[in-house]
Amino acid sequence: MVEGRIIRINGPIIQAKGMASAGLYDVVEAGDLGLVGEIIRLNGDIATIQIYEDNTGMKVGERVVSHGEPLSVLLGPGLIGRIYDGIQRPLEELFERTGFGIAPGVKTHPLDMERKWPFKPLCKKGDKLEKGKPLGVVQETEYLQHPIYLPPNKQEGVLVEVSPEGTYTLSEPIARMEDGTELFLCHSWPVRNPRPYQERLGMEEPLLTGQRVIDVFFPISKGGTAAIPGGFGTGKTMTQHAVAKWCDADIIVYIGCGERGNEMTDVLREFPEIHDPRTGRSIMERTILIANTSNMPVAAREVSIYTGVTLAEYYRDMGYHVAIMADSTSRWAEALRELSGRLEEMPAEEGFPAYLPTRLAEFYERGGRVTTLEGKKGSITIIGAVSPPGGDFSEPVTQHTKRFIRCFWALDRDLANARHYPAISWIDSYSEYGEELKGFWEKVNADWATTRAEAMELLKREQRLAQIVKLIGPDALPDTSRLVLLCADMIKNGFLQQNAFDPVDMYSVPEKQVIILRLIMDFYNRALRIIRAGAPLLKLRSLSVIERIVRMKSQIPNEKLELVQEVKSLLDRELGDLEKEYKV
Amino acid sequence: MRGLEFKGLRSVEGPIIILERRENVGFGEIARIRDRSGVMKVGRILEVSDSAVAVQVFGPTTGLSIEETSVEFLGKPLELRVSVDMLGRIYDGLGRPIDGYPEPFSSEFRDINGIPINPSARTYPRDFIQTGVSSIDGMNTLIRGQKLPIFSGSGLPHNRLAAQIIRQARLKTEESFVMVFAAMGVKYDVARFFIHAFEESGVLSNVVMFLSLADAPSIERLITPRCALTAAEYLAYEKNMHVLVVLTDMTNYCEALREISSIRGEIPSRKGYPGYLYSDLASLYERAGKVKTSAGSITQIPILTMPNDDISHPIPDLTGYITEGQIVLERELFQKGIYPPVAGLPSLSRLMKDGIGPGMTREDHKDLASQLFAAYSRTKQVRNLAAIIGEEELSTLDKNYLAFGDRFERDFLSQSETENRSIEQTLDIGWKVLTHLPREELYRIKEELIEKYLPKVPEGR
Repeated sequence: MVEGRIIRINGPIIQAKGMASAGLYDVVEAGDLGLVGEIIRLNGDIATIQIYEDNTGMKVGERVVSHGEPLSVLLGPGLIGRIYDGIQRPLEELFERTGFGIAPGVKTHPLDMERKWPFKPLCKKGDKLEKGKPLGVVQETEYLQHPIYLPPNKQEGVLVEVSPEGTYTLSEPIARMEDGTELFLCHSWPVRNPRPYQERLGMEEPLLTGQRVIDVFFPISKGGTAAIPGGFGTGKTMTQHAVAKWCDADIIVYIGCGERGNEMTDVLREFPEIHDPRTGRSIMERTILIANTSNMPVAAREVSIYTGVTLAEYYRDMGYHVAIMADSTSRWAEALRELSGRLEEMPAEEGFPAYLPTRLAEFYERGGRVTTLEGKKGSITIIGAVSPPGGDFSEPVTQHTKRFIRCFWALDRDLANARHYPAISWIDSYSEYGEELKGFWEKVNADWATTRAEAMELLKREQRLAQIVKLIGPDALPDTSRLVLLCADMIKNGFLQQNAFDPVDMYSVPEKQVIILRLIMDFYNRALRIIRAGAPLLKLRSLSVIERIVRMKSQIPNEKLELVQEVKSLLDRELGDLEKEYKV
Repeated sequence: MRGLEFKGLRSVEGPIIILERRENVGFGEIARIRDRSGVMKVGRILEVSDSAVAVQVFGPTTGLSIEETSVEFLGKPLELRVSVDMLGRIYDGLGRPIDGYPEPFSSEFRDINGIPINPSARTYPRDFIQTGVSSIDGMNTLIRGQKLPIFSGSGLPHNRLAAQIIRQARLKTEESFVMVFAAMGVKYDVARFFIHAFEESGVLSNVVMFLSLADAPSIERLITPRCALTAAEYLAYEKNMHVLVVLTDMTNYCEALREISSIRGEIPSRKGYPGYLYSDLASLYERAGKVKTSAGSITQIPILTMPNDDISHPIPDLTGYITEGQIVLERELFQKGIYPPVAGLPSLSRLMKDGIGPGMTREDHKDLASQLFAAYSRTKQVRNLAAIIGEEELSTLDKNYLAFGDRFERDFLSQSETENRSIEQTLDIGWKVLTHLPREELYRIKEELIEKYLPKVPEGR
């Protein structure tokens, strides 16, 4: 234990003397209230410390204590369904203890130490416990198996004692090794250290989000990284909520980093009522929330990202597919900037520290698909929101983020203004995973790749035509070009736009996504031939099938895809009539 | 230390004084500064080290001398004396009564910085507030517990709109609001206008006012909104009242923040504003809301004038990222003579989705609003086109859109300052203007709703 004295206080950054034997990034208890802090710089016997709680009233001369341990989170059964602040304090428990405000200096346990968990051993006395070998298993929720491994930072060895099947609390030892080490259902892990795995794997399976514009045009794979940049009010949070609700990950870690408190309340209110279409269970049973809202201490905002990714790695190591929503990485970068400014470091662009890209890279590289120590396949998909000032994507956070992600879902102000949600621009966005995921989609629908390419080309042509239309109006264009405009509108209204509040439209299965788009493209291709045969556009525009196609998204439920046949036959009938008339 | 005064400073620079440390003083606590003629000022401790203390003085530092100034450390953060008797009173920017009466009788004090609300203690706001203004109720619905700023420009009628909201805001349950009003760096006439508006609607006895007018020291403005929100929190969370807070003008607040930051020699980010502008604004805006432990609520309407009407300026930009939407006033509409000139497209209420619909407003509200947005957005495109090729060259459909856009602005957006429309009236007007479009264009509305609500006889045909 090291004990020092505070000699300087500048907001959340303080300095303490007498800390020569403390280590960099060790956790300290600072001041009379014992506020949590972390040593971020050592110089002689003076330590510079960032404080994760409000330190108003802290005085020079108060003591600082370090136990020589890095900032860690507690990992074990009971994380699922909880809401934590940036340093893993359970917010619900804080609310019960201190009322609606978060008071500094309150000590709590991140996990429920009293609760008994059903434990089933898989090893017995005399077995050698190796890394990645499950010691036993806990049923964490009704559908979530929680294997217990040797903590990766402990030595392998022979078990001399294993508790029998039964219920245990987190503070009861469940096994003992020959060197005397006791093992528990939980262990702690330093947040800034990535957890080990056997090897990194390539991408092959998509993270299906149920959002048509994402899954078809800009897909992300399990283990991939994506950024959602957008000015205020363009729907970053809404998009992240939609992905968190409907994606086919096993676990969601939702990090509310420097954003609104009500957004987290919204998640807490809404998620328990939504049922995962795959398991039928409430999606809160697969979600962990980290909330460090904009008005909570800024240093804890910096660390909340690491807390979240460490929890995600813990579940990845069990062979689960985890998706992280980080909302918003810009606020995290601003926390870095604020702390860097107080440390009087030399700034790089727009006052951000020069190590911003390094930190961003470190964060995004903790995502990925791996073979776990046990040999299972697990993944972490990271989806980070970016809030560029003034909606200008040339600012440093967006630009540096682009270097480390492979999927860019750019939100567009004009689309958002027209209430076209999700406002993901089909012009500025990209995904590098399209090729890797081809194999998966071909199995769903052989048409995927061609349909996608055709539709994308149509949208690109529409964009070029739109420039001309702005100058001369649509009526001056030839009918074939006006058909492009018509069909692009059908794609926009009937496919790209998705109503997050419509019970049918909020989530589309992959088959439905391809079917709708295929139908629009079929309409286009056949209509084009009819027009070339001499039919005026008016004849096509007045067909009732157009409205039917556009309304398919909300009229055909995922489990009744056979209803598509009706629309298809209407299309055949109406276009067939015209084809006869104009002898196509 | 409390009761002890220390004489002598090391330096004075603008509003920041530095003195040798004699006693244990706490970071963020307040100090009382007495100048050579005995005038008292209040200051806050910005930084402490084992040799010196930096204090930010809220008030002019003119005449402070190195030798003759004395400082007393109060050992606590800046506090406001709270009581329900604050209602009907007028305070200065630092929370001292200026209406000639003594402080309300109370021994309760609250730290003006408040404490961050635990997200799991919040109740998600979803009670509809009827403001009687169609552009707000219909398109950008205000919800009890929301923070919804008005982004305006100089010369636009933001004060009139705010006053109209104050006069007309009602809950469906007819519960009424108490008001907290904070003026930061505004002119006396503006404060006078609001006082008059309060008087006129007979709510003056339900308003707490904090006035830091344009002639008050700019640094005082950093304290004013915090005092106001502390009063609001006391009334809402301890006395279970519904509080409507109007903060005007946030731009002046941010200017004061920049001033202090530059004097302290901090590294600036955009346009010279400090890097923590976002966190600082959030510490104010996030004090709106509802909590599980109380029946009360705080609804915030901050008003800010966008420098040069630029919505990407750091002040509106960062505000927009924190608040739950924004009401944007548009100069073009104003010049057309439309009041209130609420811009159709950039305005937004993020909480609208959960506060409208059957049981709250009306079943057709969501679809109708979405359709109006989409159609108005199309109208804007058509207008751009018409400006180039002329109206005559437009297709019939585009002409329909022009007619729609015109009626939308004249009938739906526009209303008089005293007109108080019910939500049903607002929605009916919305349907009426939609009759200018062919029915197939109403693709965002469910068929059954079109059947039920769309007037059978088109308007004026």
